[in-house]
Amino acid sequence: MNKQSATFSRSVYELLSSMRFAISLLTILAIASIIGTVLKQNEPYANYIIEFGQYWFTAFQWLGLYDVYRTHWFVTILAVLVLSTSTCIYRNLPMMIREMRSYRENATEQSLRHFQHVAEFPVNNIAPEQLTTYLDNQGYHYKQKQDGDHLLIAAKRGSANRLGYIFTHSAIVLICIGGLIDSNIPLKIEQTFGWKKIETRDLAESQVPAISRLSANNLSFRGNVTIPEGSSADVVFLNIADGYMVQELPFKIGLNKFHIEHYTTGQPKMFASDITIIDKKTNRSILTHTVTVNHPLIYDGVAIFQASFGDGGTHLNLDGWNLFDHNGEPFPVTGSIHDNSKLATDDTQYTIEFSDFRPFNIENLGDSKKTMHDTRAVMGGNAVADKKDLHNVGPSFQYKLRSADGQAKEYSNYMLPMLLDKRWYLLSGMRDEPNQAFQYIRFPLDPERTLSGFMRLRGAMLDKTRHPEIAQRFVASAIPDAPADVKNKLTDSATKVLDIFAQGGYKSLSEFIEAKIPLADRDNAAQTYLKILELATYQAYVLTQAQAHQPAPKMDDETGWFIRDSLNSISDIFFYGAPVYLQLANYDEVQATGLQLTRSPGKNIVFGGSALLVLGVFSMFYIRERRLWLLIKQNSVLFAMSSNRKTLDFNNEFARHEQDIADIVKGK
Amino acid sequence: MQLTQTMPRPSLLKQLSPIDWLFSLALWTGAAYAFSLYGNNMDVYEKGFLFGAAAVFSVLGWLWKPIRTLLVIIAALSLFGIYDYHADLARANQAFFLKYILASQSAIMWMSVLFVLATLTYWISLASRSDFVAKVGTALTWSALTMGLVGLLVRWYESYLISPDVGHIPISNLYEVFILFSVITALLYLHYENRYQNRQMGAFVLPVISAAVGFLLWYTFDRQAQNIQPLVPALQSYWMKIHVPANFIGYGSFSLAAMIGVAYLLASKGILASRLPKLEILDDVMYKAIAVGFGFFTIATILGALWAAEAWGGYWSWDPKETWALIVWLNYAAWLHIRLVKGLRGPMLAWWAVIGLFVTVFAFLGVNMFLSGLHSYGTL
Ligand code: HEM
Repeated sequence: MNKQSATFSRSVYELLSSMRFAISLLTILAIASIIGTVLKQNEPYANYIIEFGQYWFTAFQWLGLYDVYRTHWFVTILAVLVLSTSTCIYRNLPMMIREMRSYRENATEQSLRHFQHVAEFPVNNIAPEQLTTYLDNQGYHYKQKQDGDHLLIAAKRGSANRLGYIFTHSAIVLICIGGLIDSNIPLKIEQTFGWKKIETRDLAESQVPAISRLSANNLSFRGNVTIPEGSSADVVFLNIADGYMVQELPFKIGLNKFHIEHYTTGQPKMFASDITIIDKKTNRSILTHTVTVNHPLIYDGVAIFQASFGDGGTHLNLDGWNLFDHNGEPFPVTGSIHDNSKLATDDTQYTIEFSDFRPFNIENLGDSKKTMHDTRAVMGGNAVADKKDLHNVGPSFQYKLRSADGQAKEYSNYMLPMLLDKRWYLLSGMRDEPNQAFQYIRFPLDPERTLSGFMRLRGAMLDKTRHPEIAQRFVASAIPDAPADVKNKLTDSATKVLDIFAQGGYKSLSEFIEAKIPLADRDNAAQTYLKILELATYQAYVLTQAQAHQPAPKMDDETGWFIRDSLNSISDIFFYGAPVYLQLANYDEVQATGLQLTRSPGKNIVFGGSALLVLGVFSMFYIRERRLWLLIKQNSVLFAMSSNRKTLDFNNEFARHEQDIADIVKGK
Repeated sequence: MQLTQTMPRPSLLKQLSPIDWLFSLALWTGAAYAFSLYGNNMDVYEKGFLFGAAAVFSVLGWLWKPIRTLLVIIAALSLFGIYDYHADLARANQAFFLKYILASQSAIMWMSVLFVLATLTYWISLASRSDFVAKVGTALTWSALTMGLVGLLVRWYESYLISPDVGHIPISNLYEVFILFSVITALLYLHYENRYQNRQMGAFVLPVISAAVGFLLWYTFDRQAQNIQPLVPALQSYWMKIHVPANFIGYGSFSLAAMIGVAYLLASKGILASRLPKLEILDDVMYKAIAVGFGFFTIATILGALWAAEAWGGYWSWDPKETWALIVWLNYAAWLHIRLVKGLRGPMLAWWAVIGLFVTVFAFLGVNMFLSGLHSYGTL
C-alpha cells in the first residue's frame, strides 16, 4: 500500500515535470484561450439568450463561457501549468546548479570517446600551456586534473545559459502568482461561501444591501463609475455575471468638467476630466487633477482612468406643439436627460422619457437630396462613413413618448432648421423599435424661419368649421365672375375636399376617390381635387397670416412650395404617432465622465516577473553552454566537446577548435 | 593565418575600421543636429529615442556592415524628399522627384514593385540554378527595403505637414504596419542570407512579403487606406513607438520561420532538395528565426501590458487582441519545447512552424477583421 502510493506520487511527479506534459499544457491553454475571443465576454445575459436561445444559453452558462477566463476549469489549467513549471524547476534546479559549478573534470577517457564530437591527435610530449593559452584566448574557463601520466583539461563557457532557464521558468510562476493576486478569485470564494452576493436588481446605489458591497480596504478591484459634471461619487460598480457589486472607495471623486478637444480635421483629439479628490470624512477637497486617456491619476493606491463619457442630465427647454389642435400656439415643456416629464393632452396622459442629448451631429448630407425627397425616407444616424461633405447640423435630443397603456415610440429631434432642396425644415425622427432607423418628418418654415406659419395653417386646415369660409375665398379668387350656382357647386366640393383631407390627409383623399369615382375618370378627378386643395390651402394661408397680423404671402414659387410641403407634413402628422412635436428652444448641457478605478497590488510582481522573463529568455537563446575536454597522454591528445543544445553553431565551433588544436599540436 | 586564429579573438571595438567610426560619428552628429533643431519640442522619451536610435544603429552597423550603406542612402533620399517639399504638401504631385519617386505614396509603390520583382527573380534563380540571378534578387530586395523605409520616413514628415498636431510616427494603423512588416521581414531575411551565405531561401521567404504587398495594394486602391489619419487619444502614447516595432519583429521572424518550414517539408520529401540548402541548415534558420521572434514577441507583449496598464486600467483584460498574442506566444513556447524533446524534431517541427504562421496571421489580421468589433480598441 505505502509502496504503491509512493510509486503513484512518484509517477505524478514524473508526469508534471515531463517536457511532453508541458507541451500539451501550453497547447491546451492556447486552445482554451480561443473561446473567449470568439464569444463576446461579460455581456448582459439577455443578449446571450437572444443570440443562442434558452437551451444553449443554459448549456453555455453551465460551462461558464460568458466569463471563460475566470471559470474554475480555466483557472485550473493555469494552476496546473504553474505547478508543472514549479516541479520542473524543482527537478532541474539541483542538476543545473551542479552543471554551472562543475567542470566535469572527472570525465573518464571511456565516456569522452563516446561523445558525438570527439577527435584524437597523435603527438608526443606537448606542453599543456600551449593548449591552455589557446583556451584562455577562446574565452574558456578550465580546470586541470593530473591522473597518473594523463592530464585532463576540462573547460567550459556560457554556463549562464542555465541561469536563463531558471529565470525564465520562475518568471512564469511569478507572473501567474501576481495575476492571481489581482484576479477576482478571492471574491469568487466569498461568493461560493455566500458571504457576498451579486446584486441583479436595478437599485439606487444607496439601496444596495451590505452583502453586495465591498469595503474600501478590499485588496484588488477594477470597477467603473459615471459622474455627471458638478456631482461626485464614492463607489464604483463591478459588473459580475448578470449583476454587479458596489465597491466602496477610500475617498470621494468629484467631476468639475469633462471636455473633448478635436483635431482641425474633426476627429477627437483628447478626452479629459477635471476631477477633485475629496476626503470622505471632512468633505474637504484634497487635490484637483485632469485625467486623460493614457494619463491616469494614481491616488492612495487606486488608479483612476478616463474610460468613457456621456450625457449627465442636460436640461432642456422645449416648445410643445399640439399637432391636432386648431389654434397653433406652442406651450412650454421642460425636462432633463435620464429624467421623465408628464404631458397631458385632452384625451390621454403621456410620459416623456428623455434619453440622450447631442451638442452637435456630424451628418453626411452629401446624398441627402435623394433620400430626403420623400418625407418618410430614412436618414441614417450619424453617417461618418466617408469623410467627404460632412457637416455639423447642430444639437439633437432623443426621447420616448409613453402613453398611459405603456406603448412607447422613440423620437429624435434636431434643434436647428436644415436646408434641404434649398428650403428650410425642422426635422423630427420617429421609430417604433430601438433597432429600426429613424424615419423623418419635416416641418416647413415660413419666411420668418419659424414654425408658426405652418402651425397656424395646419390649425385652420384641421378645423372643419373654417372650411366653408376657405372654400368661398378659393372660389372667389378662382372664378370671380362665374354664375352663382356654379360658384356654390364648386364651394361645396372644395369644402368636401378640405373636410376629407382633414380626416387623414392624402391617404383619406385617395381612399375617397377609389371608393366614389369610376376607374376611368379617377386620374382627372385626382388632378382637379389636388388643384382645388392646393389653391384652397393657399387661401387658408393668406387667411391665417392675416389673422396673425403677418405680411400677406406672395404669389410665388416659394409660397407654392410652402403650401405643398405643408400639405405633405399635415398628411404625415397622421402617421407621426404622437399628438405633439417637441421643439428644442434652448438647453443647458451637463456632461458625464465614465471613470475606471483599479487597485492591483499584483502589478509589480507581474512586471518584475516580466523583466525576469525577458532576461531569462534572451540568455537561454544567446548564451550557448559549451564544454570542452583535452585529455593529454604521452603520445596523443584526445579532444571532445559537448553542449546542452545541439546546433549548427556548435558543430562549426567544434570544427574550428579541431582545426586550431591540430595546428597547435603539430607545432605550427 | 593559423596564428591569427590562435590569437585572442579581438573585441568588437578593436575590430572597427575608420569607416565604422565615421559612420557612427555621422549618426551622432545627425542626432545632435536634430536635437539642436527640435530639442525643445521633445519630451524626455523622445530625446531618449533620438539618441537611443543613434546608439542602436551604430552597433547594428558595426555588427552587420551593409546596414551602414543602407542608412546612408535612406538618410540621403528621405532628407532630399523632405527638402523637396518646401513645407508644402501640394508638391507631392507637382515636384518631379516627389511625384515619381520620393513622396511616401510613390516610394511605397516602388517598394511594392521591387519586392514582387525580387520574388520572381529568386524563383528564376532557383529554377536556373544561376547564382548571378540570385544576386540580382538580393539587390532588388535591398532596394525594395530602402524604398519602403524612405516611404515611411517621408510619410512621417508628411503627417506633420497636414497639421502639426496630426503628425505622428507612421506605425499607427494597418496600412502603415504592413509596410513595417514587409521591411522588417526583408531585413531579417537578408541577415540570414548573409549569415548562411545562401540565397535559395529567398524564393520561399519573399512570397510572404509579396503577399503583404498584395494586401497593401488592395488596401490602397480599394479602401483608400493610404490617407494619413490623426491618432485617436488611446494611441497617443510613447509605448506605441516601441510596442508596435517589437511586435512586428516577432511577426516577421515567425513568418520567415514558417516559409523556411515549407522549404524544409519540400526538401525532406525530395522536392527541390538538390537546389535548397541542407536540412540541418533549414532547421537551424527556422530555430534561429523563432528564437528571435519569441524573444521580441515576449518583449512586445510585456510592453503591451505596460501600455494597457496605463491606457485601459489593467495590464491584462483578456481582450481579443491580447488573448491572441498570448495564443501565438504559447504556440511558439510549445514549439521551442518540442525541439528539446528527442525524436520530435524534423518534419513535425516544420509543420508546427507552418501552422504557426496561420495562428500569427490571425492574431495580426483576423482579430481586427473578425473579432475587433467585440472590443473597440482604445475604448473611447
Ligand atoms: C509558459 C510556460 C513556459 C515558457 C514560456 C517556457 C520557455 C522556455 C524557453 C524559451 C526555453 C528555451 C528553449 C530553447 O533554448 O530552445 C525553455 C526550455 C526549457 N523548458 Fe520551458 N517554458 C515554459 C514551461 C515549461 C514547463 C512547464 C516545463 C516543465 C516540464 C519546462 C521545461 C523546460 C526545459 C526542461 C527546458 C530546457 C532547458 C535546458 O535544457 O537548458 N518549460 N523553456
